[in-house]
Amino acid sequence: MEHSFVVTSSPHIKSPTTTTRIMLDVMIALCPSLAASVWWFGPRTLLMTAISVICCVGCEWGAQKLFRRQSTISDLSAVVTGMLIAFNLPSTAPLWLLPIGAIFAIVFTKQLFGGIGQNFANPAIVARIVLFLSFASHMTAYTAPGAWRSAADAVTTATPMQENAVLPSLWEMFIGQRGGCFGETCALALLVGGIYLVVRRVISPLIPLCYIGSTTLLCWLFGADPLYSILSGGLLLGAIFMATDYSTTPVTKAGKVIFALGCGLVTAVIRSFGAYAEGVSFAILLMNILTPLIDRYVRPRPFGA
Amino acid sequence: MQYKKILLNGMFNENPNLRLLLGMCPSLAVTTMAENAVGMGLATTAVLICSNAAISALRNVIPKEVRLPSYIVIVAGFVTAISLLMEAYLSTLYESLGLFLSLIVVNCIILGRAEMFASKNPVGASIVDGLGMGLGFTGSLLLISTVREIIGNLSWFGLHFAGEDASGMLFFILPAGGFFVLGLITAAINALSGYRLSKQKVGCSGCPAASACAKACEKEAV
Repeated sequence: MEHSFVVTSSPHIKSPTTTTRIMLDVMIALCPSLAASVWWFGPRTLLMTAISVICCVGCEWGAQKLFRRQSTISDLSAVVTGMLIAFNLPSTAPLWLLPIGAIFAIVFTKQLFGGIGQNFANPAIVARIVLFLSFASHMTAYTAPGAWRSAADAVTTATPMQENAVLPSLWEMFIGQRGGCFGETCALALLVGGIYLVVRRVISPLIPLCYIGSTTLLCWLFGADPLYSILSGGLLLGAIFMATDYSTTPVTKAGKVIFALGCGLVTAVIRSFGAYAEGVSFAILLMNILTPLIDRYVRPRPFGA
Repeated sequence: MQYKKILLNGMFNENPNLRLLLGMCPSLAVTTMAENAVGMGLATTAVLICSNAAISALRNVIPKEVRLPSYIVIVAGFVTAISLLMEAYLSTLYESLGLFLSLIVVNCIILGRAEMFASKNPVGASIVDGLGMGLGFTGSLLLISTVREIIGNLSWFGLHFAGEDASGMLFFILPAGGFFVLGLITAAINALSGYRLSKQKVGCSGCPAASACAKACEKEAV
């Protein structure tokens, strides 16, 4: 009789949700986009994703050995980071960019600040920005979708956000037939992944909807085509997969809305007036850094106070 | 013996840049190239030695109430002299340092040493302190700029070792890279010197600037 009760301290209610399960869901949600990238840009995107994942997991393992921490590579968070870093590169990017990105994401952004849950910014965003600022020519050498099949030399094409480019039609943009980083082009695949995450309750649709909505509205006010603003650049990838990272976004609903509107504002301002064509990564990084401040100001009142 | 201790204190234990975290502005701004960093460090060292000597010699003459304006006037005089000399004899370095040369006037290391050391120590010790602090500052600028120039530009002291056309990681040349390298070097030095932020050490006594700060507080109390 006395063995039928287990005495433990709280919490007593346990959810089957684990970090590993959440990360596995995010990986599944990224798969449609990966498949679309293979279709448009060739199997090299698979190779890049694999190398990036291996580098990130390796960095995580190495850093945790170095800092004498318990290894957390089995929680798959480094795998997700690795996939996202690769998704943020054009399909022609040289492969040595990937280990550099992995070191900045995993060692400097994640492990130096204490590992999973302690990172001040989304590791993949930091890696993207460092690579973008350092190797701008490699990071913006976009190839035409489908060019890999014609066996001709890769033709570089402008992103729809650069001026004087021949714009693909809205349908082409929706199915991913445009130049860009290989994981960000296919809006359809990203939306499928996003809906999967919402259905699985891994993310709440609040941040993506507010972020995409405010960017679109502001871009429209600033004189851009609203539908192109949604489908171009890295907005969908950023809003669905990077601006929804748990540890770098506010905890409360009000905080999440402020966070998403801030992201939308910065993205629209950089797109419309900034020196760079795309502002999604800068917007998310800036709002990541502001997250502790937002959390502080929208702290919920304790019940009864 | 005493002099040696003061000298080494400025260079290592109380390194103004990496231990006391003073003079951050030039250490971020001019460390994109090792050559500029060393030029800046040596110019600051020269000003520091002269101003420490002058302020120490005048320490019993300057009234306490107006000491800060007086120090600034003395420092500004030496900075003007040094920048005129550099403009005449080292004009390329003068061009590349630009405004930051004049900004040595408001470098907190110089005013800090005037307030903490020169104003209450004899001339000889103050000169040695200026030399030690200046060399410590130069050394730390050299360290930061070496990392930034080698990774960011694939060169060292202007010598390209990967061909003229090769470009490094531009991030390290950009301001963000300056903060990044400075933070990493400071962290590495804290780790190597066994500095740990334990619970007992949180607060004034745990800070590397504790002894320097205590001296300043002592003076306020008098």
